Amino acid sequence: MDKRRLTNTIMTTLTAVCAFGVITILVFVLGYVAFQGISSLSWQFLVQTPKPVGEGGGIGNAIVGSLILLGLASLVGIPLGITIGTYLAEMGDGWFGTIVRFVADTMIGIPSIVFGVFVYAVVVLQQGYFSTLAGALSLALIMIPIVTRTTEEMVRLVPKSMREGALALGAPQWRVTKDIVIPAAMSGIATGAMLAVARVLGETAPLLFTAFGSRFYNIYLDEPMASLTVQIYNYAISPFEEWHAKAWAATLVLVTLILFINIIVRFLTRQKY
Amino acid sequence: MSNNRDENNLIGGDVSGAKRTNNILGDRIFRIVLTLCAALILVIVVAMIAVMTQSSWLSIKEFGFGFLTGQTWDPIKGEFGALPFIYGTLVSAILALLIATPISVGVAVFLVEQAPKKLARPMAFLVELLAAIPSVVYGLWAIFVLAPLLRVYVQPFLQETLGFLPFFKGTANGIGMMSGGIILAIMITPIITAVVRDVLEAVPVTQREAALALGATRWETTKIVLANANSGIAGAIVLGLGRAIGETMAITMIIGNRPEISASLFDPGYTIASVIANEFTEATGDLYLSALIEMGLILFLVTFIVNGLAKLLILSVARRTA
Repeated sequence: MDKRRLTNTIMTTLTAVCAFGVITILVFVLGYVAFQGISSLSWQFLVQTPKPVGEGGGIGNAIVGSLILLGLASLVGIPLGITIGTYLAEMGDGWFGTIVRFVADTMIGIPSIVFGVFVYAVVVLQQGYFSTLAGALSLALIMIPIVTRTTEEMVRLVPKSMREGALALGAPQWRVTKDIVIPAAMSGIATGAMLAVARVLGETAPLLFTAFGSRFYNIYLDEPMASLTVQIYNYAISPFEEWHAKAWAATLVLVTLILFINIIVRFLTRQKY
Repeated sequence: MSNNRDENNLIGGDVSGAKRTNNILGDRIFRIVLTLCAALILVIVVAMIAVMTQSSWLSIKEFGFGFLTGQTWDPIKGEFGALPFIYGTLVSAILALLIATPISVGVAVFLVEQAPKKLARPMAFLVELLAAIPSVVYGLWAIFVLAPLLRVYVQPFLQETLGFLPFFKGTANGIGMMSGGIILAIMITPIITAVVRDVLEAVPVTQREAALALGATRWETTKIVLANANSGIAGAIVLGLGRAIGETMAITMIIGNRPEISASLFDPGYTIASVIANEFTEATGDLYLSALIEMGLILFLVTFIVNGLAKLLILSVARRTA
Protein backbone atom coordinates (compact mmCIF):
# COMPACT_ATOMS: atom_id res chain seq x y z
CA MET A 1 0.00 0.00 0.00
CA ASP A 2 1.48 3.36 -0.94
CA LYS A 3 1.79 6.26 1.45
CA ARG A 4 -1.27 8.18 0.24
CA ARG A 5 -3.57 5.23 0.65
CA LEU A 6 -2.13 4.43 4.06
CA THR A 7 -2.77 8.01 5.21
CA ASN A 8 -6.27 7.75 3.82
CA THR A 9 -7.00 4.54 5.70
CA ILE A 10 -5.54 5.86 8.95
CA MET A 11 -7.42 9.16 8.82
CA THR A 12 -10.79 7.71 7.83
CA THR A 13 -10.45 5.14 10.61
CA LEU A 14 -9.57 7.89 13.09
CA THR A 15 -12.70 9.91 12.27
CA ALA A 16 -14.81 6.78 12.74
CA VAL A 17 -13.11 6.19 16.08
CA CYS A 18 -13.95 9.77 17.11
CA ALA A 19 -17.61 9.35 16.17
CA PHE A 20 -18.09 6.00 17.88
CA GLY A 21 -15.99 7.15 20.84
CA VAL A 22 -18.24 10.14 21.48
CA ILE A 23 -21.33 7.94 21.29
CA THR A 24 -19.69 5.49 23.68
CA ILE A 25 -19.32 8.32 26.20
CA LEU A 26 -23.03 9.09 25.84
CA VAL A 27 -23.95 5.45 26.40
CA PHE A 28 -21.52 5.25 29.32
CA VAL A 29 -22.92 8.36 31.05
CA LEU A 30 -26.56 7.38 30.50
CA GLY A 31 -25.92 3.77 31.41
CA TYR A 32 -24.18 4.77 34.61
CA VAL A 33 -27.05 7.10 35.57
CA ALA A 34 -29.57 4.32 34.96
CA PHE A 35 -27.49 1.74 36.83
CA GLN A 36 -26.88 3.96 39.88
CA GLY A 37 -30.28 5.60 39.89
CA ILE A 38 -32.57 2.61 39.59
CA SER A 39 -31.60 1.11 42.95
CA SER A 40 -32.80 4.08 45.01
CA LEU A 41 -35.88 4.78 42.96
CA SER A 42 -39.15 4.07 44.72
CA TRP A 43 -42.64 5.49 45.00
CA GLN A 44 -41.79 7.10 48.35
CA PHE A 45 -38.76 8.75 46.81
CA LEU A 46 -40.93 10.30 44.10
CA VAL A 47 -43.53 11.79 46.46
CA GLN A 48 -41.77 12.57 49.74
CA THR A 49 -39.97 15.78 50.67
CA PRO A 50 -36.25 15.82 51.56
CA LYS A 51 -35.45 14.66 55.08
CA PRO A 52 -32.32 14.66 57.25
CA VAL A 53 -29.71 11.99 56.57
CA GLY A 54 -30.76 8.51 57.59
CA GLU A 55 -34.49 9.23 57.50
CA GLY A 56 -35.18 8.64 53.83
CA GLY A 57 -37.00 11.41 52.04
CA GLY A 58 -37.42 12.15 48.40
CA ILE A 59 -37.89 14.62 45.61
CA GLY A 60 -41.67 15.03 45.39
CA ASN A 61 -41.59 18.74 46.10
CA ALA A 62 -38.65 19.19 43.72
CA ILE A 63 -40.57 17.57 40.83
CA VAL A 64 -43.59 19.77 41.50
CA GLY A 65 -41.32 22.81 41.87
CA SER A 66 -39.57 22.16 38.57
CA LEU A 67 -42.93 21.82 36.82
CA ILE A 68 -44.25 25.08 38.32
CA LEU A 69 -41.07 26.98 37.43
CA LEU A 70 -41.15 25.51 33.94
CA GLY A 71 -44.85 26.31 33.45
CA LEU A 72 -44.42 29.92 34.53
CA ALA A 73 -41.29 30.39 32.41
CA SER A 74 -43.04 28.88 29.38
CA LEU A 75 -46.03 31.18 29.88
CA VAL A 76 -43.75 34.17 29.31
CA GLY A 77 -40.93 32.78 27.21
CA ILE A 78 -42.81 30.82 24.56
CA PRO A 79 -45.35 33.43 23.36
CA LEU A 80 -42.70 36.15 23.38
CA GLY A 81 -40.23 33.96 21.53
CA ILE A 82 -42.83 33.02 18.92
CA THR A 83 -43.79 36.67 18.39
CA ILE A 84 -40.20 37.81 17.98
CA GLY A 85 -39.39 34.86 15.73
CA THR A 86 -42.39 35.67 13.57
CA TYR A 87 -41.23 39.26 13.31
CA LEU A 88 -37.77 38.15 12.21
CA ALA A 89 -39.14 35.78 9.58
CA GLU A 90 -41.90 37.99 8.20
CA MET A 91 -40.46 41.50 8.38
CA GLY A 92 -36.99 41.16 9.83
CA ASP A 93 -34.89 41.67 6.72
CA GLY A 94 -34.06 45.31 7.42
CA TRP A 95 -31.30 46.67 9.64
CA PHE A 96 -33.42 46.43 12.78
CA GLY A 97 -34.24 42.79 12.15
CA THR A 98 -30.57 42.05 11.53
CA ILE A 99 -29.61 43.57 14.88
CA VAL A 100 -32.37 41.73 16.75
CA ARG A 101 -31.38 38.43 15.11
CA PHE A 102 -27.72 38.98 15.97
CA VAL A 103 -28.51 39.86 19.58
CA ALA A 104 -30.88 36.88 19.95
CA ASP A 105 -28.20 34.57 18.58
CA THR A 106 -25.58 35.98 20.89
CA MET A 107 -27.97 35.78 23.84
CA ILE A 108 -28.32 32.02 23.33
CA GLY A 109 -24.64 31.69 24.18
CA ILE A 110 -24.71 33.83 27.32
CA PRO A 111 -24.08 31.63 30.37
CA SER A 112 -27.31 30.86 32.19
CA ILE A 113 -25.80 31.90 35.51
CA VAL A 114 -25.56 35.48 34.21
CA PHE A 115 -29.35 35.56 33.84
CA GLY A 116 -29.51 34.45 37.45
CA VAL A 117 -27.24 37.30 38.52
CA PHE A 118 -29.35 39.78 36.56
CA VAL A 119 -32.65 38.57 38.02
CA TYR A 120 -31.08 38.55 41.49
CA ALA A 121 -30.13 42.21 41.10
CA VAL A 122 -33.47 43.23 39.61
CA VAL A 123 -35.94 41.13 41.62
CA VAL A 124 -34.43 39.36 44.63
CA LEU A 125 -32.36 42.27 45.85
CA GLN A 126 -35.30 44.67 45.57
CA GLN A 127 -37.81 42.35 47.25
CA GLY A 128 -35.41 41.02 49.81
CA TYR A 129 -36.31 37.34 49.43
CA PHE A 130 -35.83 34.42 47.01
CA SER A 131 -38.96 33.56 45.08
CA THR A 132 -40.55 31.25 42.53
CA LEU A 133 -41.28 34.24 40.32
CA ALA A 134 -37.62 35.25 40.23
CA GLY A 135 -36.61 31.70 39.28
CA ALA A 136 -39.24 31.50 36.56
CA LEU A 137 -38.18 34.88 35.19
CA SER A 138 -34.56 33.80 34.84
CA LEU A 139 -35.67 30.64 33.01
CA ALA A 140 -37.98 32.67 30.75
CA LEU A 141 -35.09 34.93 29.77
CA ILE A 142 -33.14 31.84 28.71
CA MET A 143 -36.09 30.51 26.70
CA ILE A 144 -36.90 33.66 24.72
CA PRO A 145 -33.93 33.67 22.32
CA ILE A 146 -34.08 29.89 21.81
CA VAL A 147 -37.77 29.92 20.88
CA THR A 148 -37.19 33.03 18.76
CA ARG A 149 -34.59 31.37 16.58
CA THR A 150 -36.42 28.08 16.05
CA THR A 151 -39.65 29.94 15.30
CA GLU A 152 -37.93 32.09 12.71
CA GLU A 153 -36.50 29.03 10.98
CA MET A 154 -39.86 27.27 10.95
CA VAL A 155 -41.84 30.28 9.72
CA ARG A 156 -39.32 30.79 6.93
CA LEU A 157 -39.96 27.22 5.76
CA VAL A 158 -43.59 28.08 4.92
CA PRO A 159 -43.71 28.44 1.11
CA LYS A 160 -44.06 31.96 -0.31
CA SER A 161 -46.90 30.80 -2.54
CA MET A 162 -49.16 30.31 0.49
CA ARG A 163 -48.67 33.92 1.56
CA GLU A 164 -49.15 35.19 -1.97
CA GLY A 165 -52.30 33.12 -2.40
CA ALA A 166 -53.84 34.55 0.73
CA LEU A 167 -52.78 38.11 -0.10
CA ALA A 168 -54.24 37.75 -3.60
CA LEU A 169 -57.57 36.78 -2.07
CA GLY A 170 -57.57 40.17 -0.36
CA ALA A 171 -56.51 39.14 3.13
CA PRO A 172 -54.53 41.79 5.00
CA GLN A 173 -50.95 41.00 5.99
CA TRP A 174 -51.70 40.45 9.67
CA ARG A 175 -54.38 37.87 8.91
CA VAL A 176 -52.09 36.10 6.46
CA THR A 177 -49.44 35.78 9.14
CA LYS A 178 -51.81 34.92 11.97
CA ASP A 179 -54.20 32.55 10.18
CA ILE A 180 -52.13 31.05 7.36
CA VAL A 181 -48.40 31.21 8.04
CA ILE A 182 -48.27 30.52 11.79
CA PRO A 183 -50.69 27.55 11.69
CA ALA A 184 -48.69 26.10 8.80
CA ALA A 185 -45.49 26.36 10.84
CA MET A 186 -47.14 25.43 14.15
CA SER A 187 -45.83 21.90 14.53
CA GLY A 188 -42.28 23.09 13.90
CA ILE A 189 -42.71 25.97 16.32
CA ALA A 190 -44.12 23.58 18.94
CA THR A 191 -41.17 21.22 18.68
CA GLY A 192 -38.80 24.18 19.01
CA ALA A 193 -40.67 25.26 22.13
CA MET A 194 -40.45 21.74 23.54
CA LEU A 195 -36.70 21.71 23.04
CA ALA A 196 -36.48 25.03 24.89
CA VAL A 197 -38.52 23.49 27.72
CA ALA A 198 -36.16 20.50 27.85
CA ARG A 199 -33.21 22.84 27.95
CA VAL A 200 -34.41 24.93 30.92
CA LEU A 201 -35.66 21.83 32.72
CA GLY A 202 -31.98 20.97 33.12
CA GLU A 203 -30.88 24.43 34.25
CA THR A 204 -29.41 24.70 37.72
CA ALA A 205 -27.16 27.73 37.88
CA PRO A 206 -29.77 30.50 37.40
CA LEU A 207 -32.02 28.93 40.05
CA LEU A 208 -29.38 28.82 42.80
CA PHE A 209 -30.00 32.38 43.88
CA THR A 210 -33.43 33.12 42.41
CA ALA A 211 -35.78 30.23 43.28
CA PHE A 212 -33.10 29.06 45.75
CA GLY A 213 -34.65 25.76 46.78
CA SER A 214 -37.00 24.57 49.48
CA ARG A 215 -37.59 21.50 51.60
CA PHE A 216 -41.36 21.68 51.44
CA TYR A 217 -44.18 21.36 48.98
CA ASN A 218 -44.99 24.89 47.96
CA ILE A 219 -47.32 26.65 45.57
CA TYR A 220 -46.73 30.25 46.58
CA LEU A 221 -45.02 32.35 43.97
CA ASP A 222 -43.38 34.72 46.44
CA GLU A 223 -41.59 31.98 48.34
CA PRO A 224 -38.45 29.95 47.57
CA MET A 225 -39.16 26.96 45.36
CA ALA A 226 -37.45 23.58 45.10
CA SER A 227 -36.34 22.23 41.75
CA LEU A 228 -35.02 18.88 40.60
CA THR A 229 -31.70 20.26 39.44
CA VAL A 230 -30.90 22.25 42.58
CA GLN A 231 -31.95 19.26 44.68
CA ILE A 232 -29.56 17.03 42.70
CA TYR A 233 -26.78 19.56 43.23
CA ASN A 234 -27.38 19.72 46.97
CA TYR A 235 -27.49 15.94 47.28
CA ALA A 236 -24.40 15.53 45.09
CA ILE A 237 -22.07 17.89 46.97
CA SER A 238 -23.08 16.57 50.39
CA PRO A 239 -20.63 14.29 52.18
CA PHE A 240 -23.24 11.56 52.77
CA GLU A 241 -23.32 8.39 50.73
CA GLU A 242 -27.05 8.01 51.25
CA TRP A 243 -27.60 11.40 49.68
CA HIS A 244 -25.32 10.56 46.76
CA ALA A 245 -27.61 7.62 46.01
CA LYS A 246 -30.53 10.05 46.07
CA ALA A 247 -28.69 12.35 43.69
CA TRP A 248 -28.36 9.49 41.19
CA ALA A 249 -32.01 8.54 41.51
CA ALA A 250 -33.14 12.14 41.04
CA THR A 251 -30.79 12.42 38.06
CA LEU A 252 -32.39 9.36 36.52
CA VAL A 253 -35.79 11.05 36.79
CA LEU A 254 -34.49 14.32 35.31
CA VAL A 255 -32.57 12.70 32.45
CA THR A 256 -35.51 10.43 31.61
CA LEU A 257 -37.81 13.46 31.32
CA ILE A 258 -35.34 15.37 29.15
CA LEU A 259 -34.51 12.45 26.85
CA PHE A 260 -38.21 11.67 26.55
CA ILE A 261 -38.90 15.20 25.25
CA ASN A 262 -35.91 15.07 22.89
CA ILE A 263 -36.90 11.70 21.43
CA ILE A 264 -40.53 12.76 20.96
CA VAL A 265 -39.38 15.87 19.14
CA ARG A 266 -37.13 13.71 17.01
CA PHE A 267 -40.03 11.48 15.99
CA LEU A 268 -42.34 14.41 15.32
CA THR A 269 -39.85 16.12 13.04
CA ARG A 270 -38.52 13.02 11.30
CA GLN A 271 -41.35 12.59 8.82
CA LYS A 272 -41.29 16.17 7.71
CA TYR A 273 -37.83 17.39 6.98
CA MET B 1 -46.37 48.62 2.08
CA SER B 2 -47.19 50.42 -1.19
CA ASN B 3 -47.45 47.04 -2.84
CA ASN B 4 -50.11 46.05 -0.37
CA ARG B 5 -52.11 49.13 -1.07
CA ASP B 6 -52.00 48.39 -4.79
CA GLU B 7 -53.31 44.92 -4.17
CA ASN B 8 -56.12 46.30 -2.09
CA ASN B 9 -56.95 48.67 -4.91
CA LEU B 10 -56.92 45.90 -7.45
CA ILE B 11 -59.64 43.99 -5.69
CA GLY B 12 -61.11 47.17 -4.31
CA GLY B 13 -64.25 46.85 -6.46
CA ASP B 14 -66.27 45.08 -3.82
CA VAL B 15 -64.32 46.00 -0.71
CA SER B 16 -65.76 48.97 1.05
CA GLY B 17 -63.46 51.90 1.72
CA ALA B 18 -63.93 51.52 5.45
CA LYS B 19 -62.80 47.91 5.40
CA ARG B 20 -59.76 48.77 3.34
CA THR B 21 -58.65 51.39 5.86
CA ASN B 22 -59.34 48.85 8.58
CA ASN B 23 -57.02 46.36 6.96
CA ILE B 24 -54.28 48.92 6.52
CA LEU B 25 -54.73 50.01 10.12
CA GLY B 26 -54.67 46.37 11.22
CA ASP B 27 -51.44 45.80 9.36
CA ARG B 28 -49.92 48.83 10.93
CA ILE B 29 -50.87 47.80 14.47
CA PHE B 30 -49.65 44.27 13.77
CA ARG B 31 -46.30 45.54 12.59
CA ILE B 32 -45.94 47.86 15.58
CA VAL B 33 -46.76 45.12 18.10
CA LEU B 34 -44.31 42.67 16.55
CA THR B 35 -41.58 45.29 16.30
CA LEU B 36 -42.06 46.24 19.95
CA CYS B 37 -41.73 42.60 21.01
CA ALA B 38 -38.58 42.28 18.92
CA ALA B 39 -37.23 45.46 20.51
CA LEU B 40 -37.76 43.81 23.90
CA ILE B 41 -34.76 41.55 23.25
CA LEU B 42 -32.57 44.61 22.82
CA VAL B 43 -34.11 46.15 25.93
CA ILE B 44 -33.30 43.01 27.94
CA VAL B 45 -29.66 43.01 26.86
CA VAL B 46 -29.22 46.74 27.52
CA ALA B 47 -30.98 46.36 30.88
CA MET B 48 -28.66 43.50 31.80
CA ILE B 49 -25.59 45.60 31.12
CA ALA B 50 -27.03 48.62 32.92
CA VAL B 51 -28.28 46.76 35.99
CA MET B 52 -25.15 44.70 36.44
CA THR B 53 -22.91 47.74 35.99
CA GLN B 54 -24.93 49.67 38.54
CA SER B 55 -25.01 46.79 41.02
CA SER B 56 -21.28 46.26 40.75
CA TRP B 57 -20.43 49.97 40.84
CA LEU B 58 -19.16 49.74 44.41
CA SER B 59 -16.56 47.19 43.38
CA ILE B 60 -15.72 48.91 40.09
CA LYS B 61 -15.09 52.17 41.94
CA GLU B 62 -13.06 50.50 44.68
CA PHE B 63 -10.77 48.36 42.54
CA GLY B 64 -10.92 49.81 39.00
CA PHE B 65 -8.95 47.80 36.48
CA GLY B 66 -6.94 46.37 39.34
CA PHE B 67 -9.88 44.01 39.82
CA LEU B 68 -8.76 42.10 36.74
CA THR B 69 -5.15 41.76 37.86
CA GLY B 70 -5.61 41.37 41.60
CA GLN B 71 -4.54 37.97 42.89
CA THR B 72 -6.12 38.01 46.34
CA TRP B 73 -9.70 36.97 46.95
CA ASP B 74 -10.30 37.57 50.61
CA PRO B 75 -13.89 38.32 51.59
CA ILE B 76 -12.97 38.78 55.23
CA LYS B 77 -10.46 41.56 54.55
CA GLY B 78 -12.65 42.91 51.75
CA GLU B 79 -9.98 42.41 49.12
CA PHE B 80 -11.20 41.17 45.76
CA GLY B 81 -9.06 40.33 42.72
CA ALA B 82 -10.32 38.30 39.79
CA LEU B 83 -7.07 37.05 38.29
CA PRO B 84 -7.12 33.49 39.73
CA PHE B 85 -10.66 33.08 38.41
CA ILE B 86 -9.84 34.50 34.99
CA TYR B 87 -6.84 32.17 34.87
CA GLY B 88 -8.90 29.16 35.88
CA THR B 89 -11.61 29.97 33.37
CA LEU B 90 -9.17 30.42 30.50
CA VAL B 91 -7.01 27.39 31.27
CA SER B 92 -9.96 25.03 31.70
CA ALA B 93 -11.60 26.39 28.53
CA ILE B 94 -8.42 26.10 26.47
CA LEU B 95 -7.79 22.61 27.77
CA ALA B 96 -11.34 21.70 26.78
CA LEU B 97 -10.84 23.15 23.29
CA LEU B 98 -7.55 21.27 22.81
CA ILE B 99 -9.35 18.02 23.52
CA ALA B 100 -12.70 18.77 21.90
CA THR B 101 -11.66 20.45 18.64
CA PRO B 102 -9.89 17.56 16.88
CA ILE B 103 -12.49 15.08 18.11
CA SER B 104 -15.42 17.27 17.03
CA VAL B 105 -13.95 17.88 13.59
CA GLY B 106 -13.32 14.13 13.31
CA VAL B 107 -16.91 13.32 14.25
CA ALA B 108 -18.28 15.92 11.82
CA VAL B 109 -16.07 14.68 8.98
CA PHE B 110 -17.19 11.12 9.65
CA LEU B 111 -20.87 12.08 9.71
CA VAL B 112 -20.79 14.32 6.62
CA GLU B 113 -18.06 12.86 4.42
CA GLN B 114 -17.87 9.17 5.23
CA ALA B 115 -20.79 7.53 6.97
CA PRO B 116 -23.67 6.28 4.85
CA LYS B 117 -26.82 8.43 5.30
CA LYS B 118 -28.65 5.63 7.08
CA LEU B 119 -25.96 5.51 9.76
CA ALA B 120 -25.14 9.23 9.84
CA ARG B 121 -28.62 10.42 10.86
CA PRO B 122 -29.11 8.37 14.01
CA MET B 123 -25.48 8.91 14.97
CA ALA B 124 -25.84 12.66 14.58
CA PHE B 125 -28.91 12.51 16.80
CA LEU B 126 -27.00 10.60 19.47
CA VAL B 127 -24.17 13.14 19.41
CA GLU B 128 -26.75 15.91 19.79
CA LEU B 129 -28.26 14.11 22.78
CA LEU B 130 -24.94 14.62 24.53
CA ALA B 131 -25.76 18.33 24.51
CA ALA B 132 -29.20 17.69 26.00
CA ILE B 133 -27.80 16.21 29.21
CA PRO B 134 -27.88 18.89 31.93
CA SER B 135 -24.69 20.36 33.32
CA VAL B 136 -25.44 19.20 36.86
CA VAL B 137 -25.64 15.61 35.61
CA TYR B 138 -22.19 15.88 34.04
CA GLY B 139 -20.97 17.29 37.34
CA LEU B 140 -22.36 14.35 39.28
CA TRP B 141 -20.82 11.91 36.81
CA ALA B 142 -17.51 13.75 36.96
CA ILE B 143 -17.34 13.59 40.76
CA PHE B 144 -18.08 9.89 41.04
CA VAL B 145 -16.74 8.42 37.78
CA LEU B 146 -14.31 10.72 36.00
CA ALA B 147 -12.34 11.97 39.00
CA PRO B 148 -11.65 8.50 40.48
CA LEU B 149 -10.72 7.26 36.99
CA LEU B 150 -8.18 10.07 36.60
CA ARG B 151 -6.84 9.71 40.12
CA VAL B 152 -6.26 5.99 39.94
CA TYR B 153 -5.21 5.43 36.32
CA VAL B 154 -4.56 8.48 34.17
CA GLN B 155 -2.77 10.92 36.45
CA PRO B 156 -0.24 8.45 37.94
CA PHE B 157 0.55 7.36 34.38
CA LEU B 158 1.07 10.94 33.21
CA GLN B 159 3.23 11.62 36.25
CA GLU B 160 5.46 8.66 35.48
CA THR B 161 5.91 9.39 31.80
CA LEU B 162 5.69 13.18 31.57
CA GLY B 163 6.23 14.14 35.20
CA PHE B 164 9.17 16.38 34.30
CA LEU B 165 6.70 18.89 32.80
CA PRO B 166 5.27 21.49 35.18
CA PHE B 167 1.72 20.55 34.07
CA PHE B 168 1.88 17.12 35.64
CA LYS B 169 3.44 17.86 39.03
CA GLY B 170 1.84 17.69 42.43
CA THR B 171 -0.51 15.18 43.97
CA ALA B 172 -2.92 13.34 41.73
CA ASN B 173 -6.28 13.67 43.42
CA GLY B 174 -8.69 13.64 40.49
CA ILE B 175 -10.49 16.83 41.44
CA GLY B 176 -8.85 19.76 39.66
CA MET B 177 -8.12 21.61 36.47
CA MET B 178 -7.62 18.48 34.38
CA SER B 179 -10.97 16.92 35.29
CA GLY B 180 -12.59 20.30 34.68
CA GLY B 181 -11.09 20.56 31.21
CA ILE B 182 -12.13 17.03 30.30
CA ILE B 183 -15.72 17.41 31.45
CA LEU B 184 -15.96 20.73 29.58
CA ALA B 185 -14.57 19.01 26.49
CA ILE B 186 -17.32 16.38 26.63
CA MET B 187 -19.92 19.11 27.00
CA ILE B 188 -18.76 21.31 24.11
CA THR B 189 -18.04 18.48 21.66
CA PRO B 190 -21.67 18.19 20.46
CA ILE B 191 -21.86 21.96 19.99
CA ILE B 192 -18.67 22.22 17.91
CA THR B 193 -19.64 19.09 15.98
CA ALA B 194 -23.07 20.48 15.06
CA VAL B 195 -21.63 23.72 13.67
CA VAL B 196 -18.79 22.00 11.78
CA ARG B 197 -21.35 19.63 10.26
CA ASP B 198 -23.43 22.55 9.00
CA VAL B 199 -20.35 24.24 7.64
CA LEU B 200 -19.12 21.11 5.83
CA GLU B 201 -22.56 20.55 4.36
CA ALA B 202 -22.47 24.09 2.97
CA VAL B 203 -19.35 23.32 0.90
CA PRO B 204 -20.56 22.53 -2.66
CA VAL B 205 -20.52 18.87 -3.75
CA THR B 206 -18.76 19.89 -6.99
CA GLN B 207 -15.58 20.56 -4.99
CA ARG B 208 -15.54 17.00 -3.73
CA GLU B 209 -16.32 15.62 -7.18
CA ALA B 210 -13.57 17.66 -8.76
CA ALA B 211 -11.00 16.44 -6.24
CA LEU B 212 -12.08 12.82 -6.55
CA ALA B 213 -12.06 13.07 -10.36
CA LEU B 214 -8.46 14.25 -10.21
CA GLY B 215 -7.58 11.08 -8.37
CA ALA B 216 -7.49 12.39 -4.82
CA THR B 217 -8.14 9.91 -2.04
CA ARG B 218 -11.05 10.38 0.31
CA TRP B 219 -8.89 11.99 2.97
CA GLU B 220 -7.24 14.35 0.46
CA THR B 221 -10.70 15.39 -0.69
CA THR B 222 -11.71 15.96 2.91
CA LYS B 223 -8.64 18.14 3.46
CA ILE B 224 -9.72 20.35 0.53
CA VAL B 225 -13.24 20.58 1.94
CA LEU B 226 -11.87 21.44 5.39
CA ALA B 227 -9.60 24.12 3.93
CA ASN B 228 -12.63 25.66 2.27
CA ALA B 229 -14.62 25.65 5.46
CA ASN B 230 -11.81 26.90 7.70
CA SER B 231 -13.38 30.16 8.82
CA GLY B 232 -16.59 28.33 9.68
CA ILE B 233 -14.63 25.79 11.69
CA ALA B 234 -12.88 28.67 13.44
CA GLY B 235 -16.36 30.00 14.23
CA ALA B 236 -17.36 26.63 15.66
CA ILE B 237 -14.27 26.60 17.87
CA VAL B 238 -14.93 30.13 19.11
CA LEU B 239 -18.53 29.15 19.85
CA GLY B 240 -17.20 26.21 21.84
CA LEU B 241 -14.89 28.58 23.69
CA GLY B 242 -17.87 30.75 24.63
CA ARG B 243 -19.72 27.73 26.01
CA ALA B 244 -16.69 26.48 27.92
CA ILE B 245 -16.15 29.90 29.52
CA GLY B 246 -19.73 30.11 30.72
CA GLU B 247 -20.25 26.52 31.80
CA THR B 248 -21.07 26.54 35.48
CA MET B 249 -22.43 23.56 37.35
CA ALA B 250 -20.28 20.70 36.08
CA ILE B 251 -17.05 22.63 36.48
CA THR B 252 -18.04 23.98 39.89
CA MET B 253 -18.51 20.41 41.09
CA ILE B 254 -15.20 19.12 39.79
CA ILE B 255 -12.54 21.86 39.54
CA GLY B 256 -11.82 22.03 43.25
CA ASN B 257 -12.79 25.66 43.87
CA ARG B 258 -9.53 27.08 45.16
CA PRO B 259 -8.54 30.53 43.89
CA GLU B 260 -4.90 29.74 43.19
CA ILE B 261 -2.78 30.06 40.09
CA SER B 262 -0.82 26.88 39.55
CA ALA B 263 0.83 25.50 36.42
CA SER B 264 -0.04 21.94 37.36
CA LEU B 265 -3.22 20.59 35.82
CA PHE B 266 -3.58 18.26 38.81
CA ASP B 267 -4.13 21.18 41.16
CA PRO B 268 -7.53 22.62 41.94
CA GLY B 269 -8.57 25.90 40.34
CA TYR B 270 -11.60 28.16 40.30
CA THR B 271 -13.57 29.76 37.48
CA ILE B 272 -15.57 32.99 37.22
CA ALA B 273 -18.85 31.12 36.83
CA SER B 274 -18.01 28.79 39.74
CA VAL B 275 -17.26 31.55 42.21
CA ILE B 276 -20.61 33.16 41.40
CA ALA B 277 -22.43 29.84 41.84
CA ASN B 278 -20.64 29.04 45.11
CA GLU B 279 -20.46 32.32 46.94
CA PHE B 280 -23.41 34.36 45.75
CA THR B 281 -25.87 33.29 48.42
CA GLU B 282 -23.20 33.56 51.12
CA ALA B 283 -21.97 37.00 50.16
CA THR B 284 -22.13 39.13 53.25
CA GLY B 285 -21.54 42.82 52.82
CA ASP B 286 -22.21 45.09 49.87
CA LEU B 287 -18.67 45.08 48.50
CA TYR B 288 -18.53 41.28 48.40
CA LEU B 289 -21.83 41.05 46.55
CA SER B 290 -20.83 43.87 44.25
CA ALA B 291 -17.57 42.11 43.38
CA LEU B 292 -19.48 38.93 42.54
CA ILE B 293 -21.91 40.84 40.33
CA GLU B 294 -18.91 42.41 38.59
CA MET B 295 -17.74 38.85 37.89
CA GLY B 296 -21.14 38.25 36.29
CA LEU B 297 -20.76 41.40 34.22
CA ILE B 298 -17.31 40.30 33.02
CA LEU B 299 -18.71 36.88 32.11
CA PHE B 300 -21.58 38.53 30.24
CA LEU B 301 -19.36 40.90 28.24
CA VAL B 302 -16.74 38.26 27.40
CA THR B 303 -19.25 35.64 26.23
CA PHE B 304 -21.25 38.27 24.34
CA ILE B 305 -18.13 39.31 22.39
CA VAL B 306 -16.93 35.73 21.89
CA ASN B 307 -20.34 34.60 20.63
CA GLY B 308 -20.67 37.61 18.35
CA LEU B 309 -17.28 36.79 16.86
CA ALA B 310 -18.28 33.15 16.37
CA LYS B 311 -21.46 34.22 14.63
CA LEU B 312 -19.58 36.52 12.24
CA LEU B 313 -17.10 33.76 11.36
CA ILE B 314 -19.86 31.23 10.70
CA LEU B 315 -21.84 33.78 8.66
CA SER B 316 -18.82 34.48 6.48
CA VAL B 317 -18.86 30.86 5.27
CA ALA B 318 -22.58 30.93 4.56
CA ARG B 319 -22.12 34.11 2.56
CA ARG B 320 -19.17 32.81 0.56
CA THR B 321 -20.85 29.56 -0.42
CA ALA B 322 -24.25 31.12 -1.09
